Amino acid sequence: MNQKKQSLFKMILTLLVICSTTAFTLAFINDITKLPKEKTRIKKQEEALRAVLPEFDNNPIAERFALPVDGTADSIEVFPASKAGEPVGWALTTFSDNGFSGRVVLMIGFYPDGTIYDISVLSQKETPGLGTKMQEPRFLSQFKDKNPELYKLSVKKDGGDVDAITASTISSRAFCEAAQNAFLQFKTVKNNSK
Amino acid sequence: MSNIKILTKGFIKENPIFALLLGICPTLGVTSSAQNGLGMGIATTFVLVMSNIVISLVKTKIPDKVRIPSFVVIIAGFVTIVEMLLEAYLPALYEQLGLFIPLIVVNCIILGRAEAFASKNNMIDSFLDGLGMGIGFTFALTLLGSIREMLGSGTIFSISFLPDNATTILLFILPPGAFIALGYIIAVINKLKKV
Repeated sequence: MNQKKQSLFKMILTLLVICSTTAFTLAFINDITKLPKEKTRIKKQEEALRAVLPEFDNNPIAERFALPVDGTADSIEVFPASKAGEPVGWALTTFSDNGFSGRVVLMIGFYPDGTIYDISVLSQKETPGLGTKMQEPRFLSQFKDKNPELYKLSVKKDGGDVDAITASTISSRAFCEAAQNAFLQFKTVKNNSK
Repeated sequence: MSNIKILTKGFIKENPIFALLLGICPTLGVTSSAQNGLGMGIATTFVLVMSNIVISLVKTKIPDKVRIPSFVVIIAGFVTIVEMLLEAYLPALYEQLGLFIPLIVVNCIILGRAEAFASKNNMIDSFLDGLGMGIGFTFALTLLGSIREMLGSGTIFSISFLPDNATTILLFILPPGAFIALGYIIAVINKLKKV
């Protein structure tokens, strides 16, 4: 009986020591990687902004604001860009949950008149080699300098103007949905700022 | 067993994928491109080597009955470290591997080596065993990834070798293609072994 008690105590002690050592190590690593993680995130955002906006000299990240999306806890982020005080464009992060395997997040830059400057894909989990082609210039370039008022943001199969990626209609649809949402939000932002 | 033997047995003779068929879940899941396979292999190797070292050092202190939970905590700790380091310093790879990094915890090779080797051998041997198995695993993943990428996307390490509009066998980058490709590789290896 006594021996049993002792081994039980030893088991608990062993697990306690192992778990707390692991926890301390993780806390330590978490601490030292916090800064680089944050830096990477901001750098990525900046790169995406430069890619989808015309030249700007303000700090869109500092001036960003969020718009709630109806019915969800998510929001669309808006980054206003200006040069010498004049607005040159807006970038919006937008997403669609109707991708082939999960959420597709895009960043879209608009000129003040609503014409698309460029789009970049922030994150996606589409099928490699199929849906992932949405990141390639061959697909993205068709949106450049198009105004969604005249250029219908849905795939040709659905009566729109967008050439879908071969064998990835679902991914293309999700892309268009996200882009269209961004455009609608952009119009609201424009109307409110007038 | 000599040190060299411990190190090299993981390459072909006891290769975790081709001979032991352990850890098939991440193997089939991430190998849609050579780069993913290589990244996943290196991350797994790191966890395997570190957990083997630590487990071989603490093995005598751990009561037999709580052996498995202790090993799992140690392994999970290293996986989380890898995840945090990748997110901070190699964000591109982190994004591509995504969900498969936390899943290294349940990769049976790691617990398998801890149980079968590190809990019975000294630190140096365990280190060599972990490294050998890790390299074998990385090799297997990269090979499978390369074959699937070549057939499915017409690229190798994202470098295209086909004209832009060439038709490729898309099946190979989809999940069924992983099974088919792995099956053929194992068949070829078994054939070569017999000769």
